Amino acid sequence: MKSMFVILLSAMLTDNFVLSKFMGICPFLGVSKKLDSATGMGLAVTFVMICATLVTYPIHHGILVPNDLEYFDTVVFILVIALFVQLVETMLKKCVPSLYKSLGVYLPLITTNCAVLGVTVLNIDNSYNFGESIINALGGGLGFMLALVIFSGVRKKLEYADIPETFKGVPSTLIAASIVSVSFMGFSGLFN
Amino acid sequence: MTYLIPALIVGSCGVLAGVLLTVAAKVFHVEVDERIEKISGALPQANCGACGYAGCADYASAIIEKGAPTNLCRPGGSEAAGKIAAILGKAAEEVVPMVAVVHCNGNCEATQRAFDFSGVRSCKAVKRFYGGDGVCKYGCMGLGDCAAVCEHDAIKIINGVAKVEPALCGACGQCAAACPNGIISIKPLSKHIDVLCSSADNGKVTKLSCKNGCIGCKICEKKCPSGAITVENFHASIDYEKCTNCGECMRACPVKVIHSCEKAAE
Repeated sequence: MKSMFVILLSAMLTDNFVLSKFMGICPFLGVSKKLDSATGMGLAVTFVMICATLVTYPIHHGILVPNDLEYFDTVVFILVIALFVQLVETMLKKCVPSLYKSLGVYLPLITTNCAVLGVTVLNIDNSYNFGESIINALGGGLGFMLALVIFSGVRKKLEYADIPETFKGVPSTLIAASIVSVSFMGFSGLFN
Repeated sequence: MTYLIPALIVGSCGVLAGVLLTVAAKVFHVEVDERIEKISGALPQANCGACGYAGCADYASAIIEKGAPTNLCRPGGSEAAGKIAAILGKAAEEVVPMVAVVHCNGNCEATQRAFDFSGVRSCKAVKRFYGGDGVCKYGCMGLGDCAAVCEHDAIKIINGVAKVEPALCGACGQCAAACPNGIISIKPLSKHIDVLCSSADNGKVTKLSCKNGCIGCKICEKKCPSGAITVENFHASIDYEKCTNCGECMRACPVKVIHSCEKAAE
């Protein structure tokens, strides 16, 4: 139980996918303009991460390993992730069209989001069991959402700030992202 | 066999995913009115927002879903309105062609700079700095914020003052929103008499700061046969709904601040 808790928190905070491993940067910068779309994106990524882990873990250990096909991990995992992203997309289009619109191109981009593929591959690399894998995916997704939500708050403040002309837009956003990342370094050493 | 089994396994994963997606697409099918796409195609895709919606696609769906009027597209004009009406099977609504006009004629000969501004070359920046670098704080600063936002290249800064080329203007109102002094307005293209001054200073101060300024003498107000002109805050403004293009005010104006751009009307 204790190790589960450690996995969850370290995936969320110390090894935050966006701010400590710089995976999944494009939605982090692209969808963090508004709080509600940031939350929506976070939930979508969390959903895809958990579902992908739910499916890739049995596929890896049940089908690929017995047949000596570990070298197909990447191909099959990408296939599974693409499947779930497409599922989320069709579901959102039907159920939450406003969120579907505000996520725009970043929703299909989850397909190639390295954070999602990263979770599934890291689960195998760290030889987590099924439960641990799910917890790791949940932590990774929540950590991603946390980063997006925090950063959307920062960006809202940034919009009202009086910034020199040359720093307006992307440069100031990237600088702000680096400072948020620095703040997450405070979590390193939380677990040993 | 070494090749067949992996191919079969990965292939069947792919097929399975495909079947799942097909089922999901059927279950979560969304009805999209095909007229929305047709209307969107009839619009000029300038995404200027002059219609009051977030863009051409948003306006197209508003026409179908909320019953928005078909004649709101200014860049598209009556051509777009006609096409939309044809798609909907309704009678075309008339579009009054509009044009932007800059209410200032304080060119380099008429007025002077109060100081040399060496910051960012933008009207917005200068405006923040003691209300602008001109002697007159109401007029065109000539740094072209309006020209920069214009998607139709219709605005040029000529001799220190922004000028709109009516033939190119789409009347989207972006320039009016960009001008920190708010001296650009959107008016019907058929009315070609304009007061080219926005100064709210009294006659004496205006006279000192700009040769082409309106002194608020009210002669035009008295001369206008249709009562379209009112003088408020020491400058004249024309009610385009009442104006008949007679030009009486233009001839009466002692400082020649009322101009006609007859070419625009043709």
